[in-house]
Amino acid sequence: MKTTLLTAALAALLTLTTAHAAEQNFPLQSYRVGPYAAGGTGFFGGFIDYLNLINIRDGGVNGVKLTWEEGETQYEVERGVEVYERLKNTPGIAAWNPLSVGIAYAMIDRISQDKVPLITINHGRTDSTDGRVFPYVFPLLLNPYSETSAIINYIGGKVGGLDKLAGKKIVVLYHGSPYGKETIPIYELLAKKYGFTVQQIEVPHPGNEQQSQWLTIRRAKPDYVVLRGWGVMNPVALKTAQKVGFPADHIVGNVWSNSEEDVIPAGEAAKGYVAITTQASGAQYPVLQEIVKTVYGAGKGNLAEEKRIGSVYHNLGIVNGILNVEAVRVAQEKFGHRTLTGDEVRWGFEHLKLDPARVEALGAKDLFHSIDVTWDNHEGDGYVTFQQWDGKKWNVVSDWIAPDWKLLRPIIEKSAEAYAAEHNIKLRTAADAEKVDANTPVATSK
Amino acid sequence: MSARPLETRSPWPARAWLGPLALLAAAYGVVPFIGSTYLFDAILTPFLALSLAAVGLNLLTGYAGQLSLGSAAFMAVGAFAAYNFNLRVPGLPLVVSIGLAGLSAAALGLLFGLPSLRLRGFYLAVSTLAAQFFVQWALTKFSWFSNDNPSGVIDAPPLTVFGFAFEGPIGRYLFALTVVAALTALAARLVGTQTGHNFIAIRDNELAARVIGVPVLRTKLLAFAISSFFVGVAGVLWAFAYLRTVEPAGFNLDRSFQIVFIVIIGGLASIRGAFFGAALLVIFPLVLSRAGSFLLGGRFDSGALEMSQRIVLGALIIFFLIAEPDGLAALWDRLAKRLSPKPNHP
Repeated sequence: MKTTLLTAALAALLTLTTAHAAEQNFPLQSYRVGPYAAGGTGFFGGFIDYLNLINIRDGGVNGVKLTWEEGETQYEVERGVEVYERLKNTPGIAAWNPLSVGIAYAMIDRISQDKVPLITINHGRTDSTDGRVFPYVFPLLLNPYSETSAIINYIGGKVGGLDKLAGKKIVVLYHGSPYGKETIPIYELLAKKYGFTVQQIEVPHPGNEQQSQWLTIRRAKPDYVVLRGWGVMNPVALKTAQKVGFPADHIVGNVWSNSEEDVIPAGEAAKGYVAITTQASGAQYPVLQEIVKTVYGAGKGNLAEEKRIGSVYHNLGIVNGILNVEAVRVAQEKFGHRTLTGDEVRWGFEHLKLDPARVEALGAKDLFHSIDVTWDNHEGDGYVTFQQWDGKKWNVVSDWIAPDWKLLRPIIEKSAEAYAAEHNIKLRTAADAEKVDANTPVATSK
Repeated sequence: MSARPLETRSPWPARAWLGPLALLAAAYGVVPFIGSTYLFDAILTPFLALSLAAVGLNLLTGYAGQLSLGSAAFMAVGAFAAYNFNLRVPGLPLVVSIGLAGLSAAALGLLFGLPSLRLRGFYLAVSTLAAQFFVQWALTKFSWFSNDNPSGVIDAPPLTVFGFAFEGPIGRYLFALTVVAALTALAARLVGTQTGHNFIAIRDNELAARVIGVPVLRTKLLAFAISSFFVGVAGVLWAFAYLRTVEPAGFNLDRSFQIVFIVIIGGLASIRGAFFGAALLVIFPLVLSRAGSFLLGGRFDSGALEMSQRIVLGALIIFFLIAEPDGLAALWDRLAKRLSPKPNHP
């Protein structure tokens, strides 16, 4: 049997992973090739750059060295699952950070059994915000519903207050995929609440032809267009908008339409375009300066092109690095300065509170605002800001804006409770969240 | 299409079943006790699902000579149909919903097989692309299929048959193994029957087949339906036993091509070839990737490694096809012939 011989060889490779004292590992399901490589190299590059900074500058977190291992997924779900199965027995795993909705979905069962946190910063399953039902899933900073609410709050500010939204018209141009459709009911809900009309138009994947959609938009004469795009759909939308004469500064992009890779291909047509972000771009923040000096200075920088330092995805990776490392630090204060189990790091994430003063001490003032994760709120009340593209770089054009969490929470709880009922999950209480399993260093998922 | 001679021996020669039976015994009796969870969850379960899909496509393409590029669509139909039957008909046993899922895929296969009555070869292949695009579009467009789940991604139900739960990597592996073994036996039986001979007759010469009285239209449609049934069930295994999540984007054109490649590399018109081809396309990239990152991981980033693995894999596939254009199954036959002391033919 050829099959068993080969797999025996694979198993032999697996056992060669060496164990060291006091290390905390971050397995990375990265994607550096394939259609989404631009996002993958930026995000995982930023994450690794920050882990390197902590290792080089501080000698790790309280002496615990940070390690990582990469497995290429090409953004494909089955490859992500393979990498999970391959790396899940690495000693001292702190958390998983796939940056892919599909891979994250396939992992929810597995990480819940293995008791390791799954971080889906800025994306993921909205109802996983509810820590009562999803103890190990953390859509940090911003879930899709909060994003929707923040965009409407921003447009409200532009028209002179939320009460002035009544009678206005907003078109949402969304990607024809589960991701694109996820916020449809939330836009409807907000339209009813504030009295504006909303028209939601689908662009079939991949979205490289949008003439008819934009002709519809021209006829509808909306006040604002929200671009909920992905990949090639974004530059094409901006170019087609220019063709039909819709002004770019009245188009507001969501978090997956906010990178340099989305606007540069559109050239002049993207000038004036505004997009939401949880982390400002640019390399002027102290933490980035230190990365440039310490990590890139030592020749250990992860980005192949240094001009991408400070780009949207790179900074997202750095913020993700800060949140992961700080969660480990919080947990270490409770459990000791040693290699932690996944469940102990989960406790760390559930007590991850970085107020603006702490963010400034980390050298990230104005890079991102703050976070306050609790056992039942796994998003952590992230603030957002809006950036405008001037043809060369993004410039922040708003304050830090809060989504309407109070409005959204009941919807999230309802959906999470339905999931719990469907899967026979008992709702967790605050007391349950304090029980920490210190004895699961090795994955046991069945 | 390579033409293999019409097999004339009896459909159930005892000796031909010894090998597969021994293999099955090992798969049931030995592998579960020695394998790691990685082996089951990352290698064997996807291998089994893709093998079944390739067996299904091989019935259509290898035996009946109709090229299809819509396999992933039929897998998707199977997965979503099984999910919906399971969800919407309370108390329906899982086995029944899987069977109904296969039948749903077969019904759609019948529909998209209609062009085969007029089109041949590449033209037919292009028309089966319609299935690929239509199914993916419909599953995304109508959220009813995913139970109005806001994110459109659904979780697989637990695998429970007659009160027995197939849990854990080994349970899921055994579930997949049982389904694949049963359907493969069915396929192996089918190609030896009159219907199987009709498939081959149509592949080899449609006009001649018509002249000797093979009902061409009915046989072609039957080939589409049976093949789609197999592929649909493979889709259920892929979604329920392997990924345990179902999303339309996972069943894209790349997956259809992957199954076509498995069939071609493994060997057309060979049940065994489907398994060889799936093994090569599932396991070989993993071995390459592991070896690459083990040997060179420190020096290159994973993106560069991945690219070079693709080049190596592509080159190896070309090499295989030049060395043995009839696929790995033919290679195996030659090897077996050379190793056996004397031919056992009358």
